[in-house]
Amino acid sequence: MLKWTAPTFIVGAVLLGLVPLVWFAASHGGLQDLRFDAIVLRVLLFTLKQALLSTLISVVIGLLAARALARRRFYGKSLLLSLFAVPFALPAIVAVLGVTGVYGNQGWLGGIFNIYGLTGIVLVHVFFNVPLATRMFHETLTGIAPENFRLAAQLSFSDRELFRHVEWPVLKNTLPAIFSLIFLLCAASFVVVLTLGGPSATTLEVAIYHALRIDFDVGRALALSILQIILCLILVMSSGQLFLQSPSQIPPQLTGQRFDGGAVLARALDGAAIFLATAIVLPPIAAILFAGVTHLKIDGTLIAAVGFSLMIGIGAALLALCLAWCLAQMKLALSQSLALAALIVPPAVLATGWFLALKSFDFGLPTIILTVIALNGLMALPFAVAVLRARFDLMGRSFDRLCSQLGIAGWNRFWRIDMPFMLPALRQAGLLTFVMSLGDLTAVTLLGSQGLVTLPALIHQQMGNYRSSEAAGTALLLAFTCYGLAVLAQRIGKRDDQN
Amino acid sequence: MIKIKNATYQIPDFSLKIDVKAELDKFYAVLGPSGAGKSTLLSVIAGFEQLKSGTIFLDGKNMAGVGPALRPVSMVFQEHNTFAHLTVWENVGLGISPSLKLSSSDAGKVRDALQKVGLQNYAERTPTELSGGERQRVVLARVLVRNKPILLLDEPFAALDPALRQVMLDLVLKLQREQQLTVLLVTHHPQDALLAADAVIFVNNGQVHPALQTKEFFASRQASIMDYLGRPR
Repeated sequence: MLKWTAPTFIVGAVLLGLVPLVWFAASHGGLQDLRFDAIVLRVLLFTLKQALLSTLISVVIGLLAARALARRRFYGKSLLLSLFAVPFALPAIVAVLGVTGVYGNQGWLGGIFNIYGLTGIVLVHVFFNVPLATRMFHETLTGIAPENFRLAAQLSFSDRELFRHVEWPVLKNTLPAIFSLIFLLCAASFVVVLTLGGPSATTLEVAIYHALRIDFDVGRALALSILQIILCLILVMSSGQLFLQSPSQIPPQLTGQRFDGGAVLARALDGAAIFLATAIVLPPIAAILFAGVTHLKIDGTLIAAVGFSLMIGIGAALLALCLAWCLAQMKLALSQSLALAALIVPPAVLATGWFLALKSFDFGLPTIILTVIALNGLMALPFAVAVLRARFDLMGRSFDRLCSQLGIAGWNRFWRIDMPFMLPALRQAGLLTFVMSLGDLTAVTLLGSQGLVTLPALIHQQMGNYRSSEAAGTALLLAFTCYGLAVLAQRIGKRDDQN
Repeated sequence: MIKIKNATYQIPDFSLKIDVKAELDKFYAVLGPSGAGKSTLLSVIAGFEQLKSGTIFLDGKNMAGVGPALRPVSMVFQEHNTFAHLTVWENVGLGISPSLKLSSSDAGKVRDALQKVGLQNYAERTPTELSGGERQRVVLARVLVRNKPILLLDEPFAALDPALRQVMLDLVLKLQREQQLTVLLVTHHPQDALLAADAVIFVNNGQVHPALQTKEFFASRQASIMDYLGRPR
């Protein structure tokens, strides 16, 4: 019975999001109003345009940089790879601040771009996803058996033939999923578009929020939601393997020596690719550091914000762990894909449904905090499930047989066998989901009120009130915490792999 | 033939002294405990690893600064010898032309090679549709079309059943006699040496020892060899 708790919770949460919305729309004539008009179409087109542009740039640069990193050995390479892990750990609002600090009007480059609108949105998405693509492609390429490169060298393959016969066959398998994943992250991105977009540069996710919370146009919101759900469903289905697949088990020391890329042109191309990727990733991070370090001011507001953020982070991490514990053990693919619910049904839709459903009872601060925790837990769930499942797979059938032979069952099994074995994975998944929820601005914006100001929300407020130096200080604090915890989570994961 | 003199190979935590000669048209088994450096020896000969000092002559030519593609060597690994997205025919054809541009006489060579290893009816299949033994036959066909005088085998049949291993060993032996190859076979099974090898190259304790006639090797009273073979001293 216990194992049905998680599926029930998730299905319940989704229904609680969708049903009130449809019911509310129906009772206010919104269903007759359901229209896919020019505005809705324009939002859809902009969503696709910015996502496609961001994804193409990220995948092309990421692929070239990954290939260059895979076949070159140079001093500081592992440092560079760790640098490329930083953006993934950064909260979206912090990244926005960093990119603004470099390219914005007051930025280092003195406003060479108009940061508001398409350019700014693509810049931040590229900052996030070039390093992500680089790392994923790099992992693919270093997973190639070393014998293949030796064979290629012996058969005197040119770089082009090596690409065709050795690299492309494996890249071909991961490319569509990586492309879809990045497209999904860009298409569903909320905070970046909310802060840098505008009336003409808005995506489905942000338009849903605007339609419901500001214009109160339920008909349009429903039309937008339907499009968003279809879009996300397609993207999740084509990238889902990346979420549900266990991380690669190949130890990095087994990666093969390479004999290709000796030509001058190849060296120049590799150098350019690595430089370009670094030039995208490094400056915004440096901007966050420099702007923040001089402006960190600790006051009552900040301490309260830290308190709220911790509460939400811990709550969401615990919720995600409980749900993931159930889901990760399920054998059915369907129940595992429940973990992806919050990726398919947009948080803006879920949040609005919950808001409508609970409004009539009570929507005080405790309720708000609980719903923010629930939404964060759902959003972090895919990552928690991936980590736990990898460990459960390791446990395998032999544990079951051993336990039934020794008569270990129920509470004893949970406490003496499963828990100790799963502990490293639980710690890793817990930290990961904690970091994601700590930096989250989506749920807080969608559900929040004046009373609930978390760290990311405080940064957003300070940015909006033209107190950007204070925002920089707060952002640095948040960035450091998130990055530190993410590194800790990764360490645990690595130590776990070695045992 | 192979001649390595006063050579050392060194990486952090591992070093190997090499002084060894292998003659034309002879079959050598490379034996020794795990981690002793048997595969390293083959990698050094093939040019995948570089010596720290000493000289290496293949076919009478000094190999200093010569890359893997230009050495008179074919090497067969335990796995990953074929490209899964190419057909058997193409995998063999790569041995003649990396761009797979084959003349009609080249095509004839590929056909003959497939015939010799018994895969004439498998040309259009991909390696994934073959058994482990058949995949290694594809590689041997490629070795034939490449027509290099030195053949290095790094535990090529370790994953095969005993009976199949013997069949494959016989096939290698037959090819070696026909083509007059110098063969170095790394193996964990001393009986492979008894079945096929003219001589044994023993690797242990950071050293590649000069070859001993197979009979001599198995009759040796040397402590390290007896320990390796599990004979009481």
